[in-house]
Amino acid sequence: MKKKILPRLTKLMSLSSAALLAGCSWDTLDPKGVIGAQEKSLILTSTYAMLLVVIPVCILTLLFAWQYRQSNTAAEYLPKWSHSNKIEVVIWAVPSLIILFLAVLTYQTCHSLDPYKPLEAEANVKPIHVDVVALDWKWLFIYPDEGIATVNQMAMPVNTPVDFRITSDSVMNSFFIPQLGTMIYAMAGMQTQLHLIANEAGDFQGESSNFSGRGFSDMRFRALAMPADQYSAWVEKVKASSEQLDSASYPKLAAPSEANPVEYFSHVDAGLFDDIVAKYNNGMVMDKSTGKMLHVQQSAMSDMNMKE
Amino acid sequence: MLGKLTLSAIPYDVPILVGTFIGAAIAGLAVVGLITYYGKWGYLWREWLTSVDHKRIGVMYIVVALVALFRGFADAIMMRSQLALAYAGNPGYLPPHHYDQIFSAHGTIMIFFMAMAFMQGLMNIVVPLQIGARDVAFPFVNTLSFWMTTISFLLVNVSLFIGEFSQCGWLAYPPLSEQQFSPGVGVDYYIWAVQLSGVGTLLTGVNFFATIVKMRAPGMTYMRMPVFTWTIFCTTVLIMVAFPILTVAMGLLGLDRYLGMHFFTNDGGGNQMLYLSVIWGWGHPEVYILVLPAFGAFSEITQTFSRKPLFGYKTMVYATASIMVLSLVVWVHHFFTMGAGPNVNAFFGIMTMVIAVPTGVKIFNWLFTMYKGRIEFHATMYWVIGFMITFSIGGMTGVMLAIPASDFVLHNSLFVIAHFHNVIIGGVYFGYVAAMNFWFPKAFGFKLNEAWGKRAFWCWFVGFYVAFMPLYVLGFEGMTRRMNHYDNPEWHPWLLIAEVGAVLIALGIVCQLTQLYVSIRDRNLAENRDLTGDPWNARTLEWSTSSPPPFYNFAILPEVHELDAFAHDKEAGIDTRQAGGNYQPIHMPKNTACGFLIGAFSFVLGFGAVWYIWWLAAVGLIGVIATVIARSSDNDVDYYVPVSEVVRIEQEHTHNLMAAQAAE
Repeated sequence: MKKKILPRLTKLMSLSSAALLAGCSWDTLDPKGVIGAQEKSLILTSTYAMLLVVIPVCILTLLFAWQYRQSNTAAEYLPKWSHSNKIEVVIWAVPSLIILFLAVLTYQTCHSLDPYKPLEAEANVKPIHVDVVALDWKWLFIYPDEGIATVNQMAMPVNTPVDFRITSDSVMNSFFIPQLGTMIYAMAGMQTQLHLIANEAGDFQGESSNFSGRGFSDMRFRALAMPADQYSAWVEKVKASSEQLDSASYPKLAAPSEANPVEYFSHVDAGLFDDIVAKYNNGMVMDKSTGKMLHVQQSAMSDMNMKE
Repeated sequence: MLGKLTLSAIPYDVPILVGTFIGAAIAGLAVVGLITYYGKWGYLWREWLTSVDHKRIGVMYIVVALVALFRGFADAIMMRSQLALAYAGNPGYLPPHHYDQIFSAHGTIMIFFMAMAFMQGLMNIVVPLQIGARDVAFPFVNTLSFWMTTISFLLVNVSLFIGEFSQCGWLAYPPLSEQQFSPGVGVDYYIWAVQLSGVGTLLTGVNFFATIVKMRAPGMTYMRMPVFTWTIFCTTVLIMVAFPILTVAMGLLGLDRYLGMHFFTNDGGGNQMLYLSVIWGWGHPEVYILVLPAFGAFSEITQTFSRKPLFGYKTMVYATASIMVLSLVVWVHHFFTMGAGPNVNAFFGIMTMVIAVPTGVKIFNWLFTMYKGRIEFHATMYWVIGFMITFSIGGMTGVMLAIPASDFVLHNSLFVIAHFHNVIIGGVYFGYVAAMNFWFPKAFGFKLNEAWGKRAFWCWFVGFYVAFMPLYVLGFEGMTRRMNHYDNPEWHPWLLIAEVGAVLIALGIVCQLTQLYVSIRDRNLAENRDLTGDPWNARTLEWSTSSPPPFYNFAILPEVHELDAFAHDKEAGIDTRQAGGNYQPIHMPKNTACGFLIGAFSFVLGFGAVWYIWWLAAVGLIGVIATVIARSSDNDVDYYVPVSEVVRIEQEHTHNLMAAQAAE
């Protein structure tokens, strides 16, 4: 029963909101993936639910203020009246009911939109894996399956779930592609997870949404969603780059830089992401699928300069 | 010898700062010159700076708050101007190094030194009078609280001209705020300012909690306490619970920075998530610490100017108390996107939105207080009505942010900025300004000019919407907070509109200053003077004594028979003052310079520690300890006001009252 209410409401809301927002390109209200679309409809549904009480309150405020103004001696004046059980019941019940509705909605969406929950893809579509590292002040994307890496640009095939693992090799940042939905913090020594999908091709703005210092404003990237064949071509293009990312060249990349241009690396050391996480954890990294702590090879670690 | 302090710490190469310094220096010299010219130093020292009178301390708090408002707003309009300019390749006029300090200072100053100081000023002026007490429980601690807040604000302003301020946002999230990433003195200034002012606030909390529990007039049971006192009571509980958490957060961050520990660092087993949890463990109750007293003020004002008692007093009390409790279990909503599981997020999301229920009930209570009343559109009522509309909208966007899955796309965006300004300006600030207009005649004996008060309201009200509604839109457009420049053409027009809003708010502040000037100029006009002590025909005890009240507040402590004691007495024809009654000598505290001295030494301690000038810090610390010992061993701290003096003051007020009645 509950499950049915939401989609129906959503449909109703999206119709009216389409009218409301026609012509605007407000990123989070113009989602290009199913996660973002659900979050948009959640925002609209909750807003409409609350407007049920907010609009009457605003109108009543003005109405009462005007009706019972001092000069309107025709209006009833009850100088002693200060209590009414009937009104008390209503003013507790109405907000409580709306909050009850929103609480159910909250519980449902916390689970259905949990960023850690893998997305269900259509049959025979395999999710792609992207490991994201927030650096000062740029984003490093590692494609472990393809063995390539890029800076400040990532690509993904449309209608394909993307499994992100996210960490930071510097301060706290937040990984966010507004048109695809959910953001998640990037923190050193930790791996956060995020699952997104792009259902339309496009070139989306990506950003850090947590202030990270001097170069923060330019810490942006492009997220390219493209058909599968174009995506393969993009991977080939990256593989054609002469640059490579290994424990020797990584520290140079990780050094602070501002407004970093897009970079491609045709090869990346397989354990780089785990090394970055592990160097803040005495060489340990957690395998998220099993929850076990694993030791990362020390050789790769010792080559990497610990930022002290 | 001078630690990290060198000549290069003075930013004489930054024109904006040099200009600010010259302006501040001229203003400072002008004030000093005027005081000297009129020979008022002795008066200032004896009657104000060393005063333990809660009313004077309250006034000084609000003076500090208004200065902080000025400084904080200057930061705000600089930010808005930067973002109106810094578009499509134009770097604007504030480089990140400077801009990042400005937004950090803006938040720190507005919360700790504008809002907190304003709130403490209001509770100082009103609460003892409202509960029929002669002073607070610990008058010396009260002056100490004031000076700790004031010197901390001074420390923040010193950072403008010596060194730098924090560039890590108003809550200084690590690891960015750790030595590794912020090696300068900015974060140290922040830590010491917050830490020292926190001492003051915590002491205020203890002081007023004790005052309300122990010093209510005979007959004033808890359920006969005025609503404003109730809200302050809940606020003091929150202060006592939440501020120690802030002290711990700052203490641990300080240990990281000063002693190389690893509580919140990236390496060495530190955990930045712990800091977020701790700082918001304080930070969320803090917003209720600020807004509850505003709710209280709105309640007093609405019932007074609607000419009928507050609708649902009991409901109001229960709603306030439940907000107090709930505010302690919602802090995780500030970091839903840190990777907590869906059940954790759902719990904190739902707890947060549950707060909307008692808050909504309060709004309805004010609504039904107006219902079937005779509403006088005094300037303070404008702020009340503006608040009810604005706060309802702010509450709604707050609930949107409380739904974790919505927050996943709105977190850290300008939507959040719009939301909390919506509730802090529309709730807290409107409430404090209304309260200032309402209780001003009580503190000074003359009313504030209404025409300018209404102009100020319209500028603030319209300015708020013009400045912050575009920020909601920008949040939906994916613009994150704390950006220094951008190249998205969609954002630019909205930021231009927001700039216009900031200018309107500036006009609002100008109107408020004009209001003060005009009111002081015309203070002796008959229509402005408050001879009766009850200019609004109000309901609570503070209006039963003269305006300004005698330093002992009540010659004979009032007896409370019902809620809204003064209204009840007026109706029953009882003289609350018991004029000409059996006066007794009144036991009062003596003024003391110890609060000022401890504050001054704390400033020296803080400044020395910020710059690693350890001998100076030691001087400050030893000074603090020595003053505390001296004060503790001083037994000459109180005196009795002789009956003859009481009779003289009371007769004067009776005379004024009769003159006022004759004039009517």
